[in-house]
Amino acid sequence: MAYLDNSATTRTDNQVVRVMVDVMNNIYGNPASLHGLGAKAERLVTQAREATARTLGVSPGEIVFTSGGTEGNNTAIKGVAFQYRDRGRHLITTQVEHPSVYGVCKQLEEWGWRVTYLPVDAHGRVRPADVEKAVTDETVLVTVMHVNNEVGTIQPIAEIGALLKRHPKVLFHVDAVQAFGKVDVRPKEWGVDLMTLSGHKFHGPKGVGCLYVREGVSLAPLLTGGGQEGGLRSGTHNVPGIAGFAKAALLAKERQPEAVRRWARWKASLIEQVMSRVEGARVNGDPSPEGSAPHIVSFSFPGLRSEVIVHALEEENVFVSSKSACSSKGEKPSRILLAMGLDPAAAVGSIRISMGYHTTEEEVERCAQALCKVVPRLQKIMT
Amino acid sequence: MGYDVLLIRYGELALKGKNRSDFEDRLLRNIRNKLKDFPDVKVKKTYGRMLVELNGQAYPPVVERLQEVFGVVGVSPAKRVPTELQALQQAAVALIREQPTQPATFKIAAKRSIKSFPHKSMELNHLIGGYVLKNVDGIKVDVHQPEITVHVEVRAEAAYVYGDDIPGPGGLPVGASGRVALLLSGGIDSPVAGYLALKRGAELQAIHFHSYPFTSERAKQKVIDLAQILTRYGGKIRLHVVPFTEIQTQIRQKCEESYSVTVMRRMMFRIAERIAHKEKALALVTGENLGQVASQTLESMYTINHVIRMPVLRPVVGMDKQEIMNIAKRIGTYETSILPYEDCCTVFLPKSPKTRPDLNATERTESNLDVERLVQEAVDATEVLDLSPDKREEEFTFF
Repeated sequence: MAYLDNSATTRTDNQVVRVMVDVMNNIYGNPASLHGLGAKAERLVTQAREATARTLGVSPGEIVFTSGGTEGNNTAIKGVAFQYRDRGRHLITTQVEHPSVYGVCKQLEEWGWRVTYLPVDAHGRVRPADVEKAVTDETVLVTVMHVNNEVGTIQPIAEIGALLKRHPKVLFHVDAVQAFGKVDVRPKEWGVDLMTLSGHKFHGPKGVGCLYVREGVSLAPLLTGGGQEGGLRSGTHNVPGIAGFAKAALLAKERQPEAVRRWARWKASLIEQVMSRVEGARVNGDPSPEGSAPHIVSFSFPGLRSEVIVHALEEENVFVSSKSACSSKGEKPSRILLAMGLDPAAAVGSIRISMGYHTTEEEVERCAQALCKVVPRLQKIMT
Repeated sequence: MGYDVLLIRYGELALKGKNRSDFEDRLLRNIRNKLKDFPDVKVKKTYGRMLVELNGQAYPPVVERLQEVFGVVGVSPAKRVPTELQALQQAAVALIREQPTQPATFKIAAKRSIKSFPHKSMELNHLIGGYVLKNVDGIKVDVHQPEITVHVEVRAEAAYVYGDDIPGPGGLPVGASGRVALLLSGGIDSPVAGYLALKRGAELQAIHFHSYPFTSERAKQKVIDLAQILTRYGGKIRLHVVPFTEIQTQIRQKCEESYSVTVMRRMMFRIAERIAHKEKALALVTGENLGQVASQTLESMYTINHVIRMPVLRPVVGMDKQEIMNIAKRIGTYETSILPYEDCCTVFLPKSPKTRPDLNATERTESNLDVERLVQEAVDATEVLDLSPDKREEEFTFF
């Protein structure tokens, strides 16, 4: 079998599982309890927080554990919008964000905020100058993803951060869910105020992630209650999840340099085989190795429907995604690909292949062969 | 071309003879200890300063560590070049070009320690300065307030070219001044007092009073964490955790309530002095301030101090709260200090503590206690924890 849907989710790493099992068996106290068992769990969470902070180059006090990417993005965007609603009600984002950002923006629009959705170029990249041009006195937040989940394009986060330094009242949020462990992530250096991570994208457990909140940034919390996580995220700590998350983050940091080299090689080979052997195939996003995350490849096969390709590949024991897993059940062509200027036929016939730390060369090879076999066959039937 | 060595400048130049070489040996040892995680880095003593050979190691993390070594006044990342004019000129230009922001003005400060070098210092300034002017666009000379001073040193073995130095923490190398015992609570002041004692070259042990179950395990852990942070500056630190519950209970039962804080502090001082004797420490260090809280009046200090004969150093006595907090933030203890766990000083806080306790009255009410027995029992039951900078005691091995 070839599992190449790692941007949807990854297999939990054995080392992470072992940590979590150990924690569930032995460190079951509630970190908020006063007694020794609670204190022990609290110290574990503290150490997990320190480990996580190290991987991002930030302070432990700047890490808020969440239930994952969607919660992180909601907390960041709504948190800023609500906190600064009297300062201004304008947000800036792009047309290619993940639904957990895009949907929040749409919701805020219903509630009276104004949102600018910046266009992207044919590679799916927003222009930093456009971001700055869109800033008004009313703007409280700019939110831009780091690596696009459908095509892998890397956004110019450092440049946007540098431009926004001239607008100290505008906060900068980055959805780095697809970036961490795959490309370098430097929130401090880049002037990022808020950054979302999710554990299960890098072989950690599902249902746990973290939000980096730069010291000095205030947010209105979405979940209020017992005051956990500095009052930013009430709710009993997911202690085994948090421990597993921190472990996965450390492993990702350690594995990234080596994995990146492998992925880049395999990605190039996959593209080369498909482009030379499948008529009409195109690569979506930025084709250059610098402009695109090394673990994601997006192909379009105009005339075909992505769902059909996914199922045909599944028959070959190759597991890939139509667009992002969260939206693949919808009928409509990908909003992201349309924003990049693809015509609807190409946007409908796109698939995403995504690698993880466990991916092997054989899997990628198998996928290349399956694509070269399946797609021409389907093309014959459909045309 | 990067940097080859770090030149470490150290202070207290008034030191002479044996004192001076003790100081230097101690500093050398402390620096080596601090840098032992960098296998390629070598440290040696040359006349008047230390030289860190980077051997390919990037300098920023090394400098970061050196900024935690007391005795280091300044660190200059330097290029080592052959003692030839052309090499010096090129290194000066490279140094200016590699600055994070291009300086608009500069000056050359050259000196030679070998007379055989064909150019005198003044002449070197002109020859190198002229070369820089020709090769760096738009830069000007400003001998009074240059944005960068390019130092050029010609020595027998090699020449060094470096820019303005990065300030170190100053002070004296830890261990140069003997050993002290710090009364470490969980508050903001006492870790800062410990840091300042370290800065004056004292080797630190810490004493903490723990009143379980009136104070929690978390409060104890907090103090361990604080002592652990101090090891970054102080190297190994021995932490004594004194069981204090029995004494506090007895004070509550037998002494006049308004004097309970004064009596408690006297008991702490007695115990601390005894532990200090045992550990061959010659002074106590406290985070006491003057007039900051009601119990820290002169009368209170006088009455408390009366029970011991050892000097008590109070490094933060002259500081405002804000100054102390600023240091705490800079050295990394603040975040831990403000965690809200009760310590033994607040457990049995009387409704109206005597702010100006009278010595005779204190002694009278204290005479209801079996002082000697209580002190000795507490000392005997004291738990000893040895903390060291690289061996953080990890309860969990997951990460």
